[in-house]
Amino acid sequence: MKREIVKFLIFASLVMVSPLFFKGGYLLNVLVFVGIHTMLAVGLNLLLGFAGQISLGQAAFFGLGAYISGILTTAHSVNPWLAMALAALTVGILAFFIGFPILKLKGHYLAMATLGLGIIAYIVFNEAVELTGGPSGLSGIPNLSLGSIVFDSDIKNYYLIWSFTLITILLSLNLAHSRIGRALRAIHDSEVAATVMGVNARLLKVQIFALSAFISTIAGSLYAHTMTFVSPASFGFNFSIELVTMVIIGGLGSIYGSFLGAAILTLLPEVLRAFQDYDIIVYGLILILITMFMPSGLIRGVPSAFMFLLSKIKRARIADA
Amino acid sequence: MLRFEGITQVFGGLTALDNISFTVKKGEITGVIGPNGAGKTTLFNIVSGIYNQTAGSVFLGDRNVSGFPPEKLAALGMVRTFQNIELFGQMSVVENVMVGLHTRSTSGIFSCAFKLPGHLKEERAIRERAMHWLDFTGITDLSQADASSLPFGKGRLLEIARAMALEPRIILMDEPAAGLNSRETVELAALIRKIRETGVTVVLVEHDMELVMDVCDSILVLNLGRKLAEGTPRAIQENPAVIAAYLGEG
Amino acid sequence: MQFSEQIAQYLLSGFCTGSIYALIGFGFAIIYNSTSIINFAQGEFVMLGGMLSFFFQTTLKLPLAVAIILAIIVATASGALFERLAIRPLKNATPLSLVIITIGGSILIRGLTMLIWGKDTHSLPSFSGTEPISLAGATILPQHLWIFGITLLTITANKVFFNYTITGKAMRACASNRKAASLVGIDVKRMVLFSFVISSAMGSMAGIIIAPLTMTAYDVGIMLGLKGFCAAIIGGMSSGFGTVLGGLLLGILESLGAGLISSGYKDAIAFIILLLILFVRPQGLFKKADTERV
Repeated sequence: MKREIVKFLIFASLVMVSPLFFKGGYLLNVLVFVGIHTMLAVGLNLLLGFAGQISLGQAAFFGLGAYISGILTTAHSVNPWLAMALAALTVGILAFFIGFPILKLKGHYLAMATLGLGIIAYIVFNEAVELTGGPSGLSGIPNLSLGSIVFDSDIKNYYLIWSFTLITILLSLNLAHSRIGRALRAIHDSEVAATVMGVNARLLKVQIFALSAFISTIAGSLYAHTMTFVSPASFGFNFSIELVTMVIIGGLGSIYGSFLGAAILTLLPEVLRAFQDYDIIVYGLILILITMFMPSGLIRGVPSAFMFLLSKIKRARIADA
Repeated sequence: MLRFEGITQVFGGLTALDNISFTVKKGEITGVIGPNGAGKTTLFNIVSGIYNQTAGSVFLGDRNVSGFPPEKLAALGMVRTFQNIELFGQMSVVENVMVGLHTRSTSGIFSCAFKLPGHLKEERAIRERAMHWLDFTGITDLSQADASSLPFGKGRLLEIARAMALEPRIILMDEPAAGLNSRETVELAALIRKIRETGVTVVLVEHDMELVMDVCDSILVLNLGRKLAEGTPRAIQENPAVIAAYLGEG
Repeated sequence: MQFSEQIAQYLLSGFCTGSIYALIGFGFAIIYNSTSIINFAQGEFVMLGGMLSFFFQTTLKLPLAVAIILAIIVATASGALFERLAIRPLKNATPLSLVIITIGGSILIRGLTMLIWGKDTHSLPSFSGTEPISLAGATILPQHLWIFGITLLTITANKVFFNYTITGKAMRACASNRKAASLVGIDVKRMVLFSFVISSAMGSMAGIIIAPLTMTAYDVGIMLGLKGFCAAIIGGMSSGFGTVLGGLLLGILESLGAGLISSGYKDAIAFIILLLILFVRPQGLFKKADTERV
């Protein structure tokens, strides 16, 4: 237990101290997005990695958070913090009720159902033009502010976003190492045996689905206030897949892995800037290669690959000697 | 302790069970036997809440628990093990048993996420209890191993340890001797008696006649979905109808 | 146009798109029945059919018939390649891994297509001209007749294949019980390959016959694939009339919805239907519920 606390404190300190090393504005801006993506990936991991429920529509909740916050704060001048809370609560409750029929499904059918949900949301974002601004998007969303501090610059947004993300990571770590975390992993491995042991699998899956949606919605609101502009393109099927990729790369069931996956997939397009259109192929390749050769993700896969190589080298040395 | 009345189960066009009634006495070890296809596992699945019977009722103690899902039955003190052991493969041995203690605490998502006071103490207590049950089945030395790495015999013991961690009133075991060699079966018999000594009622579905006759106080025989006979091991061994069912007519 | 004429038109176009959905849905069902995998990349083979035909016909200036046949061959080869490279090595993977691999495959195919041929939409010439025919107040194009004809032919060919040929029956055996099939000497691996071959052939054909009417581009596969899946689900993943009815039902509902309610939300209709079916009757409208043996 103590080890976990120390690990987290080190991680949090690194996060808090990093901006001092990045004087350039652009990298800082990217790191803000790493923060948002990490929050989304961690939330998805609870559902996908721990409980083992495939969800290909996570972008829908992200988008709902962004649009609800955006619409309430522009057209209705609602206080941004209040709007964020309202959005998260409403979507969380909605997800809870939709969760019951959806999570009765398993495997491919669940994947398709969540995919369908995501696409319906995307279509609504595009078509409900009076409400959302349609394909051209919604602009003029105000920044968040706390007292006299207005979060309108990269550095301020960095600390704002990462505060939320660190809290999400902390709470998720607590959950992972608790009775509930065990129950989720039990459901993943054998739902039947879990229920026989008294785990109310049906309810727990729905609760995690709702929690995951809640986290994603908050991330969406934060995104809206940071960007001050949102459009449907950011909330489509492609982004849902990107999120799943982040979780898988990092390692299903590893909270820090989700950070790693988010960081890699957010930084990669920046690195591949010159090869703009290739990113879609890279995602496809990454998905296939990781699933085939390192299904437990980089966080476990890289150390074991390293160990494997070491043992091979040792064996070669012994053979030579 | 456990009573079922008139259990009938129809799948599509097949009547798997036809009007089965039986009473399991508290503190006894009861065996359910019968040739293949007799409906034993179906009966188990109905009683443990995995299937819903077409007709009939199940009573746990005085309570009608017909149609209760497994998690509700677990809260009432009924647990079962599986023929093809259903372990939580990605978790460690001790973590598997800790899941067995799920019903012993009530911290939900909120209190676990926010680590409300008392949570750490509770976790430690859960882990200690889990180790106690690993001790009970004799696999303490494997506590940190991955559940999926266990040989079959040890996996069986883990499943039993996990089930006992629930501190049940009654434990249903589906073919616990399946896949065990003769030495392991003898150890299993000793373990089953040990379980009875703690006051837990045991019901087993089994094919291993030696084990059944050795360990059971009372036996229910099923054949082709119907109750063929019930009684003490002695009585069953001498029952001509039972002998005929196993060896075939003529 | 009179109301009844409008309805007739909607029904016609619904039948038309429904046939396409049925063909695509067949592809899903065939693969699912022999491997229990949902091939998320199915839509991409549909897309390849159209795009490759365009490439062969317009860029390489080959005659239409040759272009079409070549397109089907190349698309089918891609399907076989996909099975060999991505599916076969993963015999024991979890459902999640399989979903991810097929999604990865679809992204890859889509990405490569985009790189090679760009993002523009392209069209294919109609097979036999665009002279409209009038029937019951609706205007039918010759292409519609091609679509109905080819769909009917393909479905009949399928029926014959699965019911009257050895290979077809072998595939059905694999679908029913893989272990038993291999024990009686059926080469399960080959049957799996065949199922991918048949699905990508049918899928690419579907993409080709619809391309003259709806244009083709690198990203048409996503929606078509999903709607084809929807058709298969309605039909209960049957390799028979269930899926055909599912496709037609979906096509007609979508068309009526688009015409009578709103065309922007047209795609949403298919997904709402998908969700409703999955929630209420996941075994499809035309199948009796199965019980699983634990």
